[in-house]
Amino acid sequence: MALSGIQIYKMLPQTNCKECGFPTCLAFSMKLAAKQVELDDCPYVTEESKEQLAESSAPPIRLVTLAGPDRETAAGNEVVLFRHEKKFFNRPGVFVRVVDTEDTAAITEKVAAASAYTVDYVGIDLNLDGIAVEGASGDPAAFAAAVGAAREATGLPFMLVSDDPAVMEAGWKAVEGEKPLLMGANSSNWEAMVDLAKQAEAPLGVVGETLEELAELTQKIQEAGVEDMVLQPAPTAMGASLAMQTQIRRLALKNFRPLGYPTVAFASDSGDPAKEATLAAHAICKYAGFVVVDSFAPEFVYPILVLRENIYTDPQKPIQVLPAVYEINDPKPSDPVLVTTNFSITYFSVANEVEGSGLPAWLVVTDAEGMSVLTAWAAGKFDAEVIAKAVKEFGVGDKVEKKVIVLPGHTAVLSGELEEELPGWDVKVGPREAVDLPGYLKTVLA
Amino acid sequence: MSIEIPVDKWPGTVNTVTLGATEADGGTRAKVVTIGGEQSLPFMHFETEMPHSPVIALEMTPSRTDDWSQILLDAWGDVVEDPARWAAAIEAAGADVIVVTFGLTDPAGDPITPDYAVSTVKAVLEASGLPLVVLGPGQADVDNELIVPVADSTKGERLVLGLCEDGNYRTIVASAMANDHLVVGRTPMDVNLAKQLNILMTDMGLPLDRIVMDPTTGGLGYGIEYGYSVMERLRLAALQGDAMTQLPMLVTPGYEAWRTKEAKVGEGVPETWGDWADRGVHWETLTAVSLVEAGADVVVLRHPESLKRVREAIDELMTAAPA
Ligand code: B12
Ligand code: SF4
Repeated sequence: MALSGIQIYKMLPQTNCKECGFPTCLAFSMKLAAKQVELDDCPYVTEESKEQLAESSAPPIRLVTLAGPDRETAAGNEVVLFRHEKKFFNRPGVFVRVVDTEDTAAITEKVAAASAYTVDYVGIDLNLDGIAVEGASGDPAAFAAAVGAAREATGLPFMLVSDDPAVMEAGWKAVEGEKPLLMGANSSNWEAMVDLAKQAEAPLGVVGETLEELAELTQKIQEAGVEDMVLQPAPTAMGASLAMQTQIRRLALKNFRPLGYPTVAFASDSGDPAKEATLAAHAICKYAGFVVVDSFAPEFVYPILVLRENIYTDPQKPIQVLPAVYEINDPKPSDPVLVTTNFSITYFSVANEVEGSGLPAWLVVTDAEGMSVLTAWAAGKFDAEVIAKAVKEFGVGDKVEKKVIVLPGHTAVLSGELEEELPGWDVKVGPREAVDLPGYLKTVLA
Repeated sequence: MSIEIPVDKWPGTVNTVTLGATEADGGTRAKVVTIGGEQSLPFMHFETEMPHSPVIALEMTPSRTDDWSQILLDAWGDVVEDPARWAAAIEAAGADVIVVTFGLTDPAGDPITPDYAVSTVKAVLEASGLPLVVLGPGQADVDNELIVPVADSTKGERLVLGLCEDGNYRTIVASAMANDHLVVGRTPMDVNLAKQLNILMTDMGLPLDRIVMDPTTGGLGYGIEYGYSVMERLRLAALQGDAMTQLPMLVTPGYEAWRTKEAKVGEGVPETWGDWADRGVHWETLTAVSLVEAGADVVVLRHPESLKRVREAIDELMTAAPA
């Protein structure tokens, strides 16, 4: 539980020496409870108090990190129920599942493809985060072989899935020294799983049908010495899982420690890529820390990764590119100048079209605080003055001799004013949509 | 261990709105659709029962399919040339509502006329028993010119007419009032703008149970996060008791998803985008499912396969019991 100012006060020296900048220890305690100052501002806190205070100021949802040889992925540290309240911090790790009853070649092939997958979305490389190896055979040797085969094909973190401690042991030994998620402990096997997690120094997945079952398990497991846990609420049907995921998030944010862990959602069990995609979307929107999918195909993974990127974008800070003049396809002084804003989606929809056309152009990106063309225009952040200022600041006039400048079609109204702001320039109005730019460059500007 | 589950008790309730009217109520619809009535956030069945499931509309754009993705045209086949057959196909595909969106021109490429709009709506009403939403091309003068005669000639059907926007709502609201129809108002992703338009429309005397609001959304990858959060904020405001936000929400993931390059274009795109047809349907489905999670009462889609997938998701979300 978070401590009150009074509770914190009791752990301070109570000398009112004022070195923290506050007149009394009590005043400082109040600020600390409100998280407005740092504990380190008081030079006289004892080590013991520091420890107690650190525990009570721990994030409501524990940050759990999984690591493979090449990459790490973390979940947790979330502080809100709705992204507009602040933001969501750690993108849920998307794991692709393989099963130890598949043959080794199939496992290697799927893992290699998933691991190599990368797709560019507005200048961001989107990737998958890990591999879940499921032990369906019940045979420790088969599981170890599958884990080994997967490891040969990737450096991504693993999630090892089995409720049989013997199988799990064989699995983690195949990747000893890494930090896989051991998935998982339940009411009947938890003691053996705790031993494994301690030996492996790896986080432990905890499976439960109800909140009570989960909370009891995490407490027992924590007392037995494992701190890093991931919860798997057992219901997978969307209505029931939404309820449980929401309740876990709400309780965790109220500092109910037994449920203060990230969660994992298995979309992989539906056996149908269509269903899996909607389950994954559901999990991403509503609070999962990890999502496991069985399908791997670009047309399936790409939209899921884009949704995750969108939901986890900081609502206060649109994704943006640096205002500058960008050179596309090696432009020469005789080539045209295009103008747009620094909202990433806007920039890339224009830049990609021009690049794809093979035709050279100078692209002036103004500082529109990350807003789209029309939004920026409506907000008064994209007008003739702003454009002219950017053209001058970036020294565009020195780079070109032909001085043709093209406005986005949606802001045709700016052309008159821009002519006044940029004497000597030929101001043109381009098409409204970026897709029509290649045609425009070929015909109108040729 | 017993855990006290945190339960939100909200003072506010979303308005209940019925689309369409059967013969008994002065219309000709075989079915009507009732939405709204929520007293909790979406699908929080452990707090209050969600009285009405979100519904799915399929959109048709008589005279305007030239900007539809080939994937959509392939899915519908030649029914897109005939509004009546298209409407029947939409009903057969399992939609709850039909959305008819007019463009600026008719199939011959001539400016669209009120007669064309009226006869098209009548043909659709005849061919299907579902409730209807009828939207103009989004240009104030043309919208008014088309929507008024449509409203006059379908009195009592409880059509949903639109789009009412900040600069153009009076004429459409007045004709809805005169003919027992409903309206949909659209504002650009902003809580206060949505409230303001709702105030303006109700000030004219249109009762709140005849208005739905479209807070505007973006497609996946193209601003869905703004739409998603505005919907969550509107719904929270509604539950907190702000009457001018207590309207059921209608959004258009079909239109937004299918105009993205990912769904619309099959050639000259990165290989890492994968199969075009599947990608398009995923794009639309994921956009829609996310908006349903954010509180949508009506999602307007375009592809019949997306309808199946979103339906399955909604049905599951409406079920409280674990599988
Ligand atoms: C998302 C959005 C927002 C987001 C901001 C997103 C962002 N980072 O910019 C939020 C919710 C914050 C917002 C706010 C506002 N918005 Co707004 N918003 C939108 C929305 C829905 C999508 C905009 C978008 O992202 N488009 C995608 C990008 C890629 O488009 P784009 O930048 O225009 O680029 C395209 C073309 O212009 C062209 N292009 C771009 N550059 C170039 C260059 C050349 C040379 C050429 C040829 C072409 C070209 O190619 C691109 C792809 O085709 C639009 C409505 C819509 N569906 O379009 C309204 C819209 C832009 N918003 C509008 C308004 C009025 C506002 C607000 C003033 C009101 C409000 N909602 O509070 C505020 C202003 C902001 C402020 N004061 O802080 C209006 C603008 C009306 C007008 N015509 O002036 C719109 C059109 C909605 C409407 N119909 O009323 N908005
Ligand atoms: S520095 Fe520490 S001991 Fe001194 S007044 Fe501040 S809190 Fe109290």
